[in-house]
Amino acid sequence: MTVATLKTVTPMVELAQLLIYGVVLGSIIALGAIGVSLTFGVLRFANFAHGDYMTVGAYLVLPFYAVLQLPMFAAVLIAIAGTALMAVTIDRLLFERLRQAGPLVLLISSFGVGLMLRSVVQMVWGPRTLVYESGIDLPLRLGALRIKPDHLTIIGGALLLVLTVHLLLTRTRIGKAMRAMSDSPELARVSGINTAQVILFTWVAGAALAATAGFFLALDTTLLPGMGWFFLLPVFAAAILGGIGRPYGAIIGGYVIGITAEFSTLFISAAYKPAVAFAIMVAILILRPTGILRGN
Amino acid sequence: MAASVLDITDLHGGYSGGADILRGVSLSVGAGEIVVIIGPNGAGKSTVMRAVFGLARVRSGRIRLRGEDITGLPADKVVRRGVCYVPQVANIFASLTVDENLDMGAFIRRRGIAEAKEKIYRRFPPLDKLRQAPAGQLSGGQRQMVALGRALMLEPELLLLDEPTAGLSPKYMDEIFNIVDEIGAAGLSVLMVEQNARQALAMADRGYILATGKNRLSDSGRNLLANPEVGRMFLGGEGEGDGHDMQNDGGVVKGGGRDSEDDGGDVKNRDSHG
Repeated sequence: MTVATLKTVTPMVELAQLLIYGVVLGSIIALGAIGVSLTFGVLRFANFAHGDYMTVGAYLVLPFYAVLQLPMFAAVLIAIAGTALMAVTIDRLLFERLRQAGPLVLLISSFGVGLMLRSVVQMVWGPRTLVYESGIDLPLRLGALRIKPDHLTIIGGALLLVLTVHLLLTRTRIGKAMRAMSDSPELARVSGINTAQVILFTWVAGAALAATAGFFLALDTTLLPGMGWFFLLPVFAAAILGGIGRPYGAIIGGYVIGITAEFSTLFISAAYKPAVAFAIMVAILILRPTGILRGN
Repeated sequence: MAASVLDITDLHGGYSGGADILRGVSLSVGAGEIVVIIGPNGAGKSTVMRAVFGLARVRSGRIRLRGEDITGLPADKVVRRGVCYVPQVANIFASLTVDENLDMGAFIRRRGIAEAKEKIYRRFPPLDKLRQAPAGQLSGGQRQMVALGRALMLEPELLLLDEPTAGLSPKYMDEIFNIVDEIGAAGLSVLMVEQNARQALAMADRGYILATGKNRLSDSGRNLLANPEVGRMFLGGEGEGDGHDMQNDGGVVKGGGRDSEDDGGDVKNRDSHG
């Protein structure tokens, strides 16, 4: 997402154009960060494999879309279901057994899970970059602004999902229980909340968001086995910026980091965009370690 | 005495990795009884309650509910058998609204939730206007009402209360004691740990005094109040005095201490007996 700095473009239009790119990037980061925040809130577990869940989600779209020629929407839904199933299975096989061992052991084991997933993706689909569709996504013109249809899909899709997460957390019994468990796991248990069910649901929701984020990322750029892993930094930065364990904070954090990273290209090379996320994370850890919305 | 709801016999145990906190506690709660546990810090008062909910490790001894063994049963199963519990600290969901806190109290219930909530709001009028307020922003007394309300949502047969008046101002303390009295009068069985020994014993059917993880004394609430030894140890002087004098941290509204991560043993309890 580099900016075409044509001589004819006025500064205002250039800023507006950057804002669009920032919102696109922010949407993807936010979706990833909500998942990280949910699993951290409910399980007190920083899942370093979350970026690779995004990768798996993105690649799972391929066989159904590019090979079986299903409509894009259907292929994405299948990929979401597949990623959720994978996340639940990994929890049952591995993380569940390690929960008693403490957060550090879990964190390190999630590194291992991420490594394995990345390798499996590379074995199945190869190490080279892939795309869902070759060809050019012709931008729509809105006055002097240009916006790609894919970007509209990403922004619209992210807004829809953010709204869904909000309704889930505030209107449904299981969503309220997720917030309750995030507040106090022990009180949740003595209230009679079925914590195993809440954990299961948290993985399903987190993985579904990760898969969508991965799909959007691949739609915007390309598919690469390391795509999610490299994207983990801004995702974690957003979750921490918003207050770790606070999904609403993760949304704010995602957009702040996405927009800041794009605007930074006005001053520094676009190659440093990931460094911007890192710098914001370091600054927030020094200035307000609990994040914007005071995390756990 | 009426038929027992809760029977604890010769309980030994504590928390994994530590020495036993309970070293032979036995107690029972009859149907419709209010039973109070008092004792110095570290006596194991909270640990007894936590053991009932499977939150402390029981090494030996039995916990029976209506004659059925529930020793070591996980917390959500204990709830399903009609026992609700208000821990001393972290007893509300701070980021949830008052209304959502009540919802969570009724998590295992599928029907009649709205009616149950209305009943709670009638019992605790100050909460009625605060339904949509995050519980973490309420005052200490209001929080305690939320905590009690959450535990009452299932209309349990037995209610365990761990220091429901800790850190409350005298006004709220009286209010909470009145509510517990009403709950008892309505036929619920209540087992309560209390530092405000005088008021608690005055309303209790029976009381137990624990020390160093063992039963020290047990008698009717009235007899314990009249007992000179109890008076010296827990009531801040001989005989009957005015109800509030031993409550030396009464004004500290934040005493609910819900931010404490470790609400494990008794050791951290506030020192509030004379």
